[in-house]
Amino acid sequence: MNEIILTPKEQPSVPLELLNVNPDTVAGKSIDEIRQIKIAHGNTEVELSEFFNVKGESSENPSEIRIVIDGDVYNTKRIGYGMQSGEILVKGNASMYVGTEMKGGKIVVEGNVGSWAGRDMEGGELIIMGNAGDYVGSAYRGDWRGMSGGKITVHGNAGNEIGEYMLGGKIEVKGNATTLAGIHMNGGVLVIHGDATTRVGGEMMNGTIIVKGRIDEFLPGFKYHGIEKNIEIDGEVIDSSFYKFEGDFAVKGCGGIVYANASKNGHIVP
Amino acid sequence: MEYIIKNGNVFDPANNINGEKIDICISNGKIVEAVKDSAKVIDASNKIVMPGGVDLHTHIAGGKVNLGRLLRPEDSKDFYESKVGNKRSGSGFSVPSTFMTGYQYARMGYTTAMEAAMPPIMAKHTHEEFLDTPLLDKGAYDLLGNNWFVMEYLKEGNLDECAAFVAWLIRVTKGYAIKIVNPGGTEAWGWGGNVQGINDPVPYFDITGAEIIKGLGKVNEMIGLPHSIHLHCNDLGQPGNYETTLKSFDLLKNIEANPKYGERDTSLHATHVQFHSYGGTSWRDFESEAPAIADYVNKNDHIVIDVGQVTLDETTTMTADGPMEYDLHKLTGFKWANVDIELETGSGVVPFIYSPKSPVSGVQWAIGMELFLLTNDVNKVVLTTDHPNAGPFIRYPTVIAWLLSNKYRTDLIENSLHPWVQKKTSVATIDREYSLYEIAQTTRSAAAKVLGLSETKGHLGVGADADIAIYSFDPETQDPSTEYHAIEEAFARAKYVFKDGEIIVKDGEVVKPEGYGRTFWIDSQYDSELENKVVEDVKIKFKKYYSINFDSYRVHDEYIRKSSPIKLS
Amino acid sequence: MELVKDVPCPFCGTLCDDIIVKVEDNEIIGTINACRIGHSKFMDHKSATRYTKPLIRKNGSLVEVDMDEAIDKTAEILANSKRPLLFGWSSTECEAMGIGVNLAEELKGVIDNTATVCHGPSLLAVQDTGYPVSTLGEVKNRADVVIYWGCNPFHAHPRHIGRHVFSRGFFRNRGRSDRTVIVVDPRKSDTAKLADIHLQVDSGRDYELLDALRSVMNGHEIPYETVAGIPRDTIYQAVDILGKAQFGILFFGMGITMTAGKNRNIDAGICTIQELNQFAKYTLIPMRGHYNVNGFNQVCTWQTGYPFCVDFATGYPRYNPGESGSNDLLQNKEADSMMVVGSDPGAHFPQKALERMAEIPVIAIEPHRTPTTELADIIIPPAFVGVETEGTAYRMDSIPIRMKKLVETDLLSDKEIMEKILERTKEFIASK
Repeated sequence: MNEIILTPKEQPSVPLELLNVNPDTVAGKSIDEIRQIKIAHGNTEVELSEFFNVKGESSENPSEIRIVIDGDVYNTKRIGYGMQSGEILVKGNASMYVGTEMKGGKIVVEGNVGSWAGRDMEGGELIIMGNAGDYVGSAYRGDWRGMSGGKITVHGNAGNEIGEYMLGGKIEVKGNATTLAGIHMNGGVLVIHGDATTRVGGEMMNGTIIVKGRIDEFLPGFKYHGIEKNIEIDGEVIDSSFYKFEGDFAVKGCGGIVYANASKNGHIVP
Repeated sequence: MEYIIKNGNVFDPANNINGEKIDICISNGKIVEAVKDSAKVIDASNKIVMPGGVDLHTHIAGGKVNLGRLLRPEDSKDFYESKVGNKRSGSGFSVPSTFMTGYQYARMGYTTAMEAAMPPIMAKHTHEEFLDTPLLDKGAYDLLGNNWFVMEYLKEGNLDECAAFVAWLIRVTKGYAIKIVNPGGTEAWGWGGNVQGINDPVPYFDITGAEIIKGLGKVNEMIGLPHSIHLHCNDLGQPGNYETTLKSFDLLKNIEANPKYGERDTSLHATHVQFHSYGGTSWRDFESEAPAIADYVNKNDHIVIDVGQVTLDETTTMTADGPMEYDLHKLTGFKWANVDIELETGSGVVPFIYSPKSPVSGVQWAIGMELFLLTNDVNKVVLTTDHPNAGPFIRYPTVIAWLLSNKYRTDLIENSLHPWVQKKTSVATIDREYSLYEIAQTTRSAAAKVLGLSETKGHLGVGADADIAIYSFDPETQDPSTEYHAIEEAFARAKYVFKDGEIIVKDGEVVKPEGYGRTFWIDSQYDSELENKVVEDVKIKFKKYYSINFDSYRVHDEYIRKSSPIKLS
Repeated sequence: MELVKDVPCPFCGTLCDDIIVKVEDNEIIGTINACRIGHSKFMDHKSATRYTKPLIRKNGSLVEVDMDEAIDKTAEILANSKRPLLFGWSSTECEAMGIGVNLAEELKGVIDNTATVCHGPSLLAVQDTGYPVSTLGEVKNRADVVIYWGCNPFHAHPRHIGRHVFSRGFFRNRGRSDRTVIVVDPRKSDTAKLADIHLQVDSGRDYELLDALRSVMNGHEIPYETVAGIPRDTIYQAVDILGKAQFGILFFGMGITMTAGKNRNIDAGICTIQELNQFAKYTLIPMRGHYNVNGFNQVCTWQTGYPFCVDFATGYPRYNPGESGSNDLLQNKEADSMMVVGSDPGAHFPQKALERMAEIPVIAIEPHRTPTTELADIIIPPAFVGVETEGTAYRMDSIPIRMKKLVETDLLSDKEIMEKILERTKEFIASK
């Protein structure tokens, strides 16, 4: 693995966009050429080197490249946008759209990220060590075809509407998720280790949601199917008792499944 | 500015010019006999020269078009244009924004496009969008096939009153033609219903589609409009609908064309006939009846059709056929927009995916091709995709290439399309290829003639507007039948496009984005005394049943940038 | 005195176009047919707090300047910004909006309208699920079931009920008594008092109730005894009544667009209406507030492909409310200058957004002294649309109406001001 290290100089209040700084787009470029890649700063374009010190060694082969953003880029958007191979490591926070439209490779963010992480993701792996904003693994506005593959892991908490219109792949949130997790979900697996407040699986058509924590209030459009133990999801057995629900019957022809940890959700059983 | 286009291979069917090398002279926006020596020379050697393209059925401006844009940000996200100089930005694959619409048509060498559905009460909206649609000449058809006044006049047999009303309405809304969409069906949709076929009475109004079609067909010729009635038949998209289609065609058989302007000699324009040429009884035994439709067109002289060719894309359907869009929503589960419009019409919008692998989409593609290829006289069949319903207009170059090349079609049929295409249609057995002359007919001269605009549009004779497209393809050394990708590319990005004598496109790029074309509209009055009487009646009903004031109905002059009224005497 | 007839009212999204205005010596002295608020709109155009000259804040206080200086300074501020925000637009005419979009594009800025704080969630829901609507005349002529959800037209759209719901229509010739009126609202609002049925839903739990209604329509049995404070049996009865309609209409407002769930409430509401079409004809109409808030969404959509929150930073339109909305840009401190036209964010935006407005240059194109002008560095007073200048507006059901000019003024229209700013901005950008 060849490392290209981008050390942020400062984060301006008008955000930056790292749209063209992926292993795929820097492959074959010299460090000098990488310094000159144009990035968006509001309505202007600047060279990467204006906001980042660049060092390290590139490679012809993108899957041999790890881009390390060595610092906090809380006001930098679109990191790893459409990435296909290689790795990106962010040693701090990042703004919106991390790993959006990602097709392969791996992104790790050590801090928190803004909304739309992994939106329309097709493949690869996205790991967020801190918290994520809203719409993790969602679809673009108006599209009924969201995340279709790959895996997103959020070690902290996530915001609203995660897995919106999800079709495939897996999202795992180690902490809590706020309202409307799995809204309009149509496939794939969403695991929430913590609590999931309200409207879990709203208007879901298909797919599986597992909530290991508490669901404060459940939707009336689900059918209760009793207790299921040691459920197997994606070849992995989860060793606990779950209340099994099917729905959301607000949607015709639905077949989505929500498992709610039996030890914490007696209040939502009819 | 004067120009002379030299050495091009000119295809101008209206003047019987078939690829001959003729110089075209341009002065003051018109094609003229000769120009001064100072005229700028455009070298068109090894190139095709045609009149500017004429699209007589497209959805580019107005309420439901904009609803299509609003409904589908995902259609815009990855398909956009940036601002360059005075060229405005825009977005939208199947429903482009207004500026982009003008630029995209112009790049293909199209210079006239007619919006095929304008609800009269929302006419200002269509015209406001026209104000922001650059480069093109345009016009809009008033939706009248479900209008309460029209239905009542026709029911009572008051054809004169109906003619006075229609002429008045087209004039105050600055419309161009009578559009009929699913006659009676959209009114029935006001109650969530539809009509089946042409003899099913409309709830309450107790009139049939057949009576509406025939009545408005007569009214059209009483007023003497340049275009014939423009008919979207009942039962669109339903298996087995070809019988309804043929019966509808026959209703106009004995009505004599009587335009007071233009050279039209037909009494019916049937639109997007691909959607109306279906056999079978369900989607399972669905099959092509295009040969029967083409046979009718071949044997009858009162009709011109346009095709509505499926282009095998993800697109957005939009039509005043409200119940049809609801059915499509139920069939696909895709998001559904609908606008019911008081006393007049309705509309619906639903995304749709014509997948090459889908049996039904493949057959729909084949039916369109059959209509083109089985109609003997290309003057009777106009190229459209019913943009964006069967596909976006930016695919016209592909449709043109399919028509020019049997090999292109065969490759597609054998390698990409569902086997149903060969089982349920005859398309694979047809080896006819259009000539470039016929392409100029189906995209230019035939459309201009049936619109009644053939004095100035669709030809390159003296007196025509200098709307000219020059394409980089050498018909003397290149064969479109084998070099179909080259001809497709040539038609997608014209070498030069002239609009009213000025170069607006060069090398496939818009070089003069600031210009705006005309709006054609019909300034006629059927009978002034009768009109006064009719308008008094309209005013009374307006107060009771419309939700806007009568005074708010008309389209003011401010809504037209370059007014081109056609006065009928 | 002159009586000007058929005047459209520049107040709410009902856009009543039957007002008679009394004009004497270039002054409006009274109105006929207008509601109380509409009347005051016509009368107030010459109120004491009206600006008549452009103002620029110099050393902390507003100083009168000539128009050229105000335009020049405005263009300079906007052209020198990296993320200028052009906001408002809901109380002006479409032609001005079109030039505003052009200006935003020229500046590579962001343009957004007040939908962002009212029916923006409805637009997002439309984009996800659809938009089955009708015009208000359809309601008058056909509707036998009328639902008001989270709105109070009795006060917010005072003539709406009288003109379109309680009045007689072609197929409803008895007017009010031909219709069943259902109000869904946690409050006993004055509109609820007019209803035949009032579903007093728990505040902020509309989504749950809609989920229940939809699943019952699909044959599902509700597993809980109450949903959102409504007993299960009442929900079954409601579905029964809704299903027996001939033509039903849902009107909805900010009580559901701006409460918990926002766009998902509307999403579920739209789907409810769509699914009711299997039993009866159903459509909906959002109760739009400002008289031309819809007009901006129309103009912006046909020019750019998107209805609001349009970001031109890259030279082409991008769209993502949540990122490119005016509140997002202000609260994230992205916006570095702001122009406000035809609205008052100073009175309606959250504190955090106002804090940013206080930090950056703000230009207000505004006739009156408002909370926004208090924050403004430049104020340019325009002529009043629908009173002093004409133009186009789109009613809540998207019918376009031509606004009228009733009296003369020396002030420039919003459109003329926009044209001047655009022209000057182009010069600034060209000289950079």
